[in-house]
Formats: sequence, structure tokens, C-alpha cells
Amino acid sequence: MIPAPFAYARPTTVEEALQAIADCGEDVKVLAGGQSLIPVMRLRLAAPETVVDLGKVAGLRGVRDDGDAIVIGAMTTHSDVLADPLVAEHAPLIAEATGTVADRQVRHRGTFGGALVHADPAGDLPAVALALDAEFVVAGQSGRRTVPAGEFFVDYLTTAVGEGELLVEVRVPKYTGWSMRYEKFNRVAQAWSIVAVAAAVRREDGRIAEARVGLTNMGPTPLRARQVEEALAGAEATAEAVAAAAERAAEGTDPTSDLNAQADYRQHLAKVLTRRAVSTAAGL
Amino acid sequence: MTPITVRVDGASYTDDVEPRTLLVHYLREQLGKVGTVVGCDTSNCGACTVHLDGEAVKSCTVLAVQADGSEVTTIEGVAGGAGLHPVQKAFHEMHGLQCGYCTPGMIMASIDLLKDNPDPSDDEVREGIEGNLCRCTGYQNIVRAVRHAAAEMRGGANGVPSGSVSPAVVDTAAAPHVAVQS
Repeated sequence: MIPAPFAYARPTTVEEALQAIADCGEDVKVLAGGQSLIPVMRLRLAAPETVVDLGKVAGLRGVRDDGDAIVIGAMTTHSDVLADPLVAEHAPLIAEATGTVADRQVRHRGTFGGALVHADPAGDLPAVALALDAEFVVAGQSGRRTVPAGEFFVDYLTTAVGEGELLVEVRVPKYTGWSMRYEKFNRVAQAWSIVAVAAAVRREDGRIAEARVGLTNMGPTPLRARQVEEALAGAEATAEAVAAAAERAAEGTDPTSDLNAQADYRQHLAKVLTRRAVSTAAGL
Repeated sequence: MTPITVRVDGASYTDDVEPRTLLVHYLREQLGKVGTVVGCDTSNCGACTVHLDGEAVKSCTVLAVQADGSEVTTIEGVAGGAGLHPVQKAFHEMHGLQCGYCTPGMIMASIDLLKDNPDPSDDEVREGIEGNLCRCTGYQNIVRAVRHAAAEMRGGANGVPSGSVSPAVVDTAAAPHVAVQS
């Protein structure tokens, strides 16, 4: 299968890209690494009139230090994220989750920003961005705005990036003194997550001072397991306390049933994986 | 049509392509590089793996226009002239293939892996080439071939992977005939 014919724009700056998107009307798709878009176009599940390719747009790749945060360019590839020392130091959860994305070939092409804007419920990075309270910098022709992670993921495959806008970079606060773990359950190599859990924990003395837990594929958008986080805050750092908190991981979730798993099985997985992720992050 | 300039296996090409043309179809149909094969329609199998600016990619999931200005290496150019690349040689010597359809992609993915990890364990090989499927399920000998190549490329002793046990001890019924070769 090859994609249906489309018009092709190859801008070299963000401004040109925004202009190209504006010029193309409604039926336009933005091409980042193409590892989700191209398969979808090949299967004719999408047949946009125009594709705007960001591959030659300068300034969207790379990770930089910005004081109390690191800033990841939207077009930074998964493999570059994996190799980046700033990510490893300040947000190792991102590196760990990125390492589970697909396979080496896909990670060489697929991008951090592309995966987030695609917002596949089974994708690994949205729940991580949500757990880490990332901020999304979105550019439009009238300027740039910043969207907190809690408002970014709107619905199935839908984000707060509006028509005529582009995600340009993602700010991730530096997590000093935190430990993190991504627990992913899938059946075979390179498969999507059936359920996965992103956990970040800050310990103080013998207690869990703070915890953040993001859930992958437990609904149309990534979710924060707020009840778990509240139960963990101030709890003793023991296996029993973590297990008790993790029992609340499925509260308020509405996962789908599909070939891979029924909804109640996903809810079971969410609890088990939350317990494992938090336990590992807490050093238990 | 969109103009592209690509360097493939050491030669430069300038062509007009339809934007929807996949890189693998450009390589096969426009340049005649039929050593790179198309295995699946879902970006799963990795048979079409080539190197784009030195990194392994699935050429069925890259548009030819995205390769504009880039350097592509296919299985046909990987040896850089006469003879075989050490990984090609190892697949031959270790019988790392049955029907052979996945082999070009397996070799390209393995070279990419060995660039980052020159001495992978069995598990690291399996993880490293997880994006490539062998429908014959001939993975045992593929893993052995990759480790054999790794040892050759490191200049190791007689091509024996470090820390590995004798093939016949760990392997399936297919193993002895490979062991005889070495």
C-alpha cells in the first residue's frame, strides 16, 4: 500500500511552517518523524490533501537546559532523547519510557513531539509527560502559548494544539532528588502498551514525601492516578503502604476493551503495574 | 513531483518523485536497488531496513522526499565494494537465514546495533533487532551470526563470542549442522 496522493510542503522555519498550514485549509497533516502518520496514510486511514513536513525546519531538534527545567524540541528523535545527558539526569522517566517505544528503526525516526501530539492512548510518552507536569509550547500565527500537561490531552488522538498551530517544544521541570520508573505491559517485542504506569517518587527519611503516577491506555487520554498519589503522600515507604495505595490505581478509569485485553483486566493491570512502578521508584 | 537529491550506496542521484513515494519503492523501482525488500504493509517486519544518514530506518515508513539531501546505504552497498561485510559473512557462515527474505533487513539492523554495542549478549541482540521479524523463526542462528560478526569486527579470538557457551549445548536441533561448519 502507498499513501493517496497529497500536496507536499517543505518549510525551513517555524514561521514558514505555520504559513504553509494556514495556506492549506483544513485538510492538512503535519509530518514529524512519520512513524505513526505514514502507516496510517499507507493504510488509507488518513488521506490528507496536504502534508507539511517539518523535517527541514531548523531549531526544533535537541534538548537544552533552561534553569529549573529542560526543554525538549518537538522534532527531537526518540533515539536522541535516549542518548541525551540532560534527560538522563533530570527526567530519567522519559528516557526509560522512550526506550520501550517500538524498535530501534522507529526510534531513529519517530519524534518526542510527534508522539505527544499524536496522543495515542497506548503511546508511552503522554502519560509520562502528564506525570511529570510537562508544559507544551504551542506556536500559532498570533504567537506562542503554553499549555500545561493536564490540559493538553483532550480526547482520543486529540490534543489542545488547535488548527493552524504547531507544538514546538516541551518544558519538563527538573526532578532533583526524585526516583522514577516506567512499567509497561505488552505481549510481544515492539508492541504497544496494553497498560503502562509512569511513576515518580520523592522520598524523605523513611517516608514517601510526594508521588506522581501517570497511566497509559486506561482511557481515551493519559490519566493521573490522583487517588494513588494522595494515598502515597506522607505514607511510610513500605511495600504494604505502596500496595495499599496501588489498589486505588483504577479508580475513575474507563479503559477500553479490545483484542488485547478486556476493561476489567486493564484495571487489574493498572493496580499491579502501579505497585511495581512505585515500589521500584521508591527503592523497595 | 518534488525534486530530491540523494546519495545511495556511494552514488548521487537527482530525481523527481511523487511526494507519496515511499523510500523503499524509490530505491527498488527508480534506482533498481532490489536487494532491499518489502516484507509487510504495517511497518512491523523490518525487511526493508536501510541506513539513512548512518541510522537504521524502515524504508517503507520513510517518504523518498524525506531522504532529500541524505545518504542512504542499502544491503547492496554495505560491503563498500567487492566481498562481503563482516555481518553478511557471519550470516553466511552461521547459517543465519532460512528462506532469506528477512536477511537484508536483519543485516542492516544488526550493523546498526553493533555500531552502538560492539559486544552484545544474546539478550541484547534479541532486543536490538526486535524490529525485525523472521517468519521462518530462525532466530537462534541469527543471534549467533550477529555475535560471531561482533567478535570478528572486534578482532576477537577466532570469532568466538565472549562469554558464550558452545552452540551445541544451548541450541535446538538445528544447531549441530552449524557447529560443524565452524
